[in-house]
Amino acid sequence: MSDKASPLRQPAPPADNAALQREVAGLIVAALNLDVAAADIDVQAPLYGDGLGLDSIDILEIALVVSKQYGIQLRADSEENEQIFRSLAYLADYIAAHRTK
Amino acid sequence: MVAYRAGAPLRAGNFLADVMRVAATLPERRHVLNACQDRYRFTVAFAASLVANKVSLLPSTHTPEVIRQLTEFAPDVFCLTDDARCQIDLPRVRFPELVPGETVPWQRVDIEQDRLAAYVFTSGSTGTPLPYRKTWGRLVNCVRFEAQRLGLLDGRSHALVGTVPPQHMYGFESTVLVALQSGNAFSAGKPFYPADVCAELASVPEPRMLVSTPVHLRTLLGTEVELPEMELVLSATAPLSQNLAREVEQRFHTRLLEIYGSTETGQIASRRSAETVEWQLFDGVRLIAEGEDTWAEGGHIEQRTPMCDVLEITAADRFLLHGRLSDLVNIAGKRSSLSYLNHQLNAIPGVVDGAFFVREPEEGSSTGVTRVAAVVVAPELSAADLTEQLRRRIDAVFMPRPLLFVDSLPRNDTGKLPHNSLHTLAAAAMKRS
Repeated sequence: MSDKASPLRQPAPPADNAALQREVAGLIVAALNLDVAAADIDVQAPLYGDGLGLDSIDILEIALVVSKQYGIQLRADSEENEQIFRSLAYLADYIAAHRTK
Repeated sequence: MVAYRAGAPLRAGNFLADVMRVAATLPERRHVLNACQDRYRFTVAFAASLVANKVSLLPSTHTPEVIRQLTEFAPDVFCLTDDARCQIDLPRVRFPELVPGETVPWQRVDIEQDRLAAYVFTSGSTGTPLPYRKTWGRLVNCVRFEAQRLGLLDGRSHALVGTVPPQHMYGFESTVLVALQSGNAFSAGKPFYPADVCAELASVPEPRMLVSTPVHLRTLLGTEVELPEMELVLSATAPLSQNLAREVEQRFHTRLLEIYGSTETGQIASRRSAETVEWQLFDGVRLIAEGEDTWAEGGHIEQRTPMCDVLEITAADRFLLHGRLSDLVNIAGKRSSLSYLNHQLNAIPGVVDGAFFVREPEEGSSTGVTRVAAVVVAPELSAADLTEQLRRRIDAVFMPRPLLFVDSLPRNDTGKLPHNSLHTLAAAAMKRS
């Protein structure tokens, strides 16, 4: 795996990306019209399935937001992809490591 | 040429060798749930099952409840999978390792027209999916009409890239079957993000066709990726607005055709959505109006079949689509009915009463997807427990958003739930939450 993936395998301490996590949570809640408050999303809970209960359509919506806001084009064939949506913390770490804007 | 994987061609001789190899490994059982994720392996598995006289079951979703229902329908069903992490609760058979480059001399494999190839399922209204028989002849006839309509029979080898899974009837017909039956080739991947679609298209030669859905097309339009040249874009599963169709054609310098069909009939019509709202029936197919119902017959349709949509016949070979009959729900190509969802909700221990209803797409939703919500009376259950139970029964796209707990439902004297009362109750509950 490339060096780029390291932020995912070894997540930075939560405090590092706390502001970004809140920002991303806000974007997700707004994009998906979720009836939870951004602050109530457990940053360690899975976004898919059991946690926030997102499905693949939601993931596409989030991908759009992430591409517009941070200039990142997500790819499903990268090993990182499964990790990215493991939790809000992972997603924020990924964005921090790959953002171009 | 049958397919491409990561741009590398897989020829008919390779395909036949792979089909024979897989057919030899299949168990004695008669019914197979083909869960292969890779489109080429799915196709090899389907063809191997057909050759071995097995019947493929094609439910639209693989939730534990649907799998349980499948075992009631066909107790000997087994799951053929190419994923080591597959969790489907059936006897599992791993798709065997293929030998790269293995090939045999091409020979015709004749399958009789009336051989039962597959069952597809509609959600039914009683909580039990209704099976529909698809004979090999019927499947083939349908996609031959489609190939002709799409202009895939001009002697060139078209490369088909699909964002839809092969297990879905539309993906099955319009990527796998149509390519096999028209001398064209599909790409093995199932690209998801816009950048994936772009890479998958770039990996195959021209002329290219993208087989997609309104959700994926909206997402493609929403990002800045530049797509490779596409000769044709196909969309189905939900109607596309004329504006969106025009945007796709202009932005990607292509032609967009929409396909219309149903689980029961397969595909029956198409339209160039940027230019017309009228659908043109496939050759030989006719519609007959009877009161509020519309029936389809002729062409590849074996017997007169009622359509589940409100259709207005405008000419012998044309019609307008005015939406679905009210009970049916179609979210991103997954079909269900409110009565099916209601049945599943009310079957959960602890649920006293409950009802689903449709919410139109939210303003600003970039994928423009309709969602369902539900009101439920379940004083003994927590939201988390109920959600967990529901998730085992219904596909994720039908999970209620939101799921609203109320004290009782405003049922009338006959036990019916008037549409207006339900929406008033839901609006009030949403305001509170």
